[in-house]
Amino acid sequence: MNEVEELRPVGETTQFIVIKLGEEQYGIDIKYIDNIVRMQHITRVPKVDEYLKGVINLRGEVIPVMSIRIKMGLEKDVETKSSRIIILKLEQQGTIGVIVDEVREVVTLENERIEKVAYDSKDENANFLCGVGKSDGGLISLLDLNAVVLESV
Amino acid sequence: MDVSQYLEIFLDETNEHLQNLNTQILSLEQDPENMDTINEIFRAAHSLKGMAGTMGYKRMQTLTHDMENVFSEVRNGNIKVKADMIDVLFQCLDALEEYNTNIRESSDEGTNDNGALIKRLNDIMGDGSGEEPALAAAAAVKEQAPSAPEAQASDAGGFVGIKLNENQQSVLTEAIKQGKRVYGLTVKVQESCILKAARAFLVFKAIEDTSEIIVSDPSSQDIEDEKFDLHFSLIIVSEAELNEVVTAAKAVSEIEDVSGSVLNLDDVGAGAAEESHAAETEEQAAAPAPAETAQPPVETPAAAPAEAAQAPAAAPAPAPAPAAKKAPVNKPVVNRTVRVDIEKLDTLMNLVSELIIAKNSLVSASAMSGNSSQAVNEQIEYLESVTTSLHESVMKVRMVPIESTVNKFPRMVRDLQKKLGKKMELYMSGEETELDRTVVDQIGDPLMHLLRNSADHGLESAAVRKERGKPEVGSIFLDAYQDGNNVVIEVRDDGNGIDTKAVKNKAIERGVITPEQGEAMSEKEIINLLFNAGFSTAKVVSDVSGRGVGLDVVKSMIESLSGEVEVKSRLGEGSTWTIRLPLTLAIIQALMVEIGDEKYAIALGSIQTIEDILPSDVKLVQAKEVIQLRDLVIPLVRLNEILDIPSKKDPEENLVVVVVKKGDKLAGLVVDELIGQQEIVIKSLGKYISKCKIISGATVLGDGEVALILDANTLI
Repeated sequence: MNEVEELRPVGETTQFIVIKLGEEQYGIDIKYIDNIVRMQHITRVPKVDEYLKGVINLRGEVIPVMSIRIKMGLEKDVETKSSRIIILKLEQQGTIGVIVDEVREVVTLENERIEKVAYDSKDENANFLCGVGKSDGGLISLLDLNAVVLESV
Repeated sequence: MDVSQYLEIFLDETNEHLQNLNTQILSLEQDPENMDTINEIFRAAHSLKGMAGTMGYKRMQTLTHDMENVFSEVRNGNIKVKADMIDVLFQCLDALEEYNTNIRESSDEGTNDNGALIKRLNDIMGDGSGEEPALAAAAAVKEQAPSAPEAQASDAGGFVGIKLNENQQSVLTEAIKQGKRVYGLTVKVQESCILKAARAFLVFKAIEDTSEIIVSDPSSQDIEDEKFDLHFSLIIVSEAELNEVVTAAKAVSEIEDVSGSVLNLDDVGAGAAEESHAAETEEQAAAPAPAETAQPPVETPAAAPAEAAQAPAAAPAPAPAPAAKKAPVNKPVVNRTVRVDIEKLDTLMNLVSELIIAKNSLVSASAMSGNSSQAVNEQIEYLESVTTSLHESVMKVRMVPIESTVNKFPRMVRDLQKKLGKKMELYMSGEETELDRTVVDQIGDPLMHLLRNSADHGLESAAVRKERGKPEVGSIFLDAYQDGNNVVIEVRDDGNGIDTKAVKNKAIERGVITPEQGEAMSEKEIINLLFNAGFSTAKVVSDVSGRGVGLDVVKSMIESLSGEVEVKSRLGEGSTWTIRLPLTLAIIQALMVEIGDEKYAIALGSIQTIEDILPSDVKLVQAKEVIQLRDLVIPLVRLNEILDIPSKKDPEENLVVVVVKKGDKLAGLVVDELIGQQEIVIKSLGKYISKCKIISGATVLGDGEVALILDANTLI
């Protein structure tokens, strides 16, 4: 609990964008989000890890796009009408896009309602989370973006 | 005074002056009598001193002041240039460089007084003139104007005392023959005047409107340097009335008085004759002094246009001949320039890139919509030509001659020569070759490494060279030239060349290759081993090279600039290192190709030819596909296999082969379809996707899609 409390001071709130991957809801801290764009043609880059889907053109900039699903070991993305690419701006990796099945809403969570998940070496997916938030719509798994984006060795 | 805002300019200019000094002192070493060089050095040292003084860097100022004194003595012929003096001067430059580095890092010059150096400088002066150093500068001024002590100059006839040399006399005689009049003027500046030199300059300019200044006393250089009291005297040739000239000069503010009279040439001539015998011996020693005065008195760069304008006007008269002969050597016409932050240029370049992408979109949009009217097409073509020239101009703005980088090498080679105890000479050509600023900034280190390498490993000692029947002095060549869209820089030496056997043995010893591999390797492959990390064949590690952190760094640095490096070597005859760099890093002409349903770009610069090949012409050599093309056997690279794309083409159909070239190696890239040539803007894929070596970047196409750029070099 301590760590989360340090990161997110008690009494204050944090905003998350709620996305869907399969049946589960995930939250992405809004401060990392630069943009949300519709699914578009992704230019494949050969000879790279599978989760790196390729690059897109975002207003003249070439931006890499990755699949959270593949990175987390879920089934491959199925492109639907509601598929979106969320453009993240991270300090270390720079700008990068992630594919999500659906963008649902923005929630504001009081920091007291965020619980840290225990590190579990068996459950790989849990390692991509930095906490679980309780909102009216149910539980939201909060993504640890640095872990998601980190290059797998 | 807060000078921090000037710091950047100060550092830039100091660097320029230091570089200039380095070059000039080097040439002075070759030609110790060259007065132009000495004057140039004096000027640079003087400007340095002034700048350091303004910025409040006392130590730097003291050192440059003493250097200036030495040059001033040399200029006056009181001391001769000697080898040990050159050494001391170079040490001074190093010390100044150190101050400069300190200032750049901490905006403080540091605490090194360089007392020893200053003492040696003073010793040099003591040797030469036998005078106290403190007096030297004063003495210099006096000797510049030996016949016009200040006291005499104060009366109206100050100009009478001006001594003329033969040239000047003949100029005056000619002028009188042509009906022009010769006046002497003495100008007195107000005591309260702060910028005497500036006022004097304005007087010069005012007079030059109507007349030509033949001699000034003190010399124009000294006037510019404010080395005069309150008076200076001029002898001028004019077609105007004396009154006009005097009024024009008086019109300059803070000029107290101008007195003048028509000169009788006999008076002047007699004066000169009287003194000539007395001055004869001195004249020989101080030969440059009259020559100096012979220059047109416009010395500041700002006056250069005025000088240029004046020259043709005076052309009919033979008078300016000696002056004109002198001028071009000393003062190149200074171009008007603006210093621009490189970041601003980067922004500009980015905007141009955006514009080109937008233009490409427009082209494809008009093609898509189908209603391409004549008018639209014409305008698009016009836009295309404008964006292309715009790109070219912006590119040119970013280009600087490699001179600024290679200029420090002669000095380095000179130092190496002493350190290594070998005799060598560096010959450079093509310093004016231009490259993108960022490339020029980064090419210095790799080049320096190659030169050191040549000096240390390449060249043999003088004794060995003699034995082998080579000239004792080894030669290192640095040649730069433009070759199409590339710039080639070659470092060549006539030394020992690369001993492939030694390299092979070393590689085996180091475990880089196995003995069996070594047997199978060609000479070229062995030479390429040198670029491996941790490789050095020098038997002894010297502080020049041989630590094994050299050539691999050279290679990776050049590759990071999208360039390549190659070696050719003949044992006993020398080696040549060839660096090939692209002219620009941002926008290139490329061939668009299609493989499967993906589009790729191949830089046009690396493409040799495009061939249509029958499937039956593809042969197998060592289980690898090759084609034969005009007696050359070229390996085939099936891009669809390398890029993991299913090819759309029927295997029975003819192959489209793009033949690419890297150095003298060729390879045929098999593609499905050619789309056409296009100007593309290179965008980085970012660090996030760095694993893919065969892709050197990406570009945005007209329809907004991203196409990847194939790096042909990695496919060969």
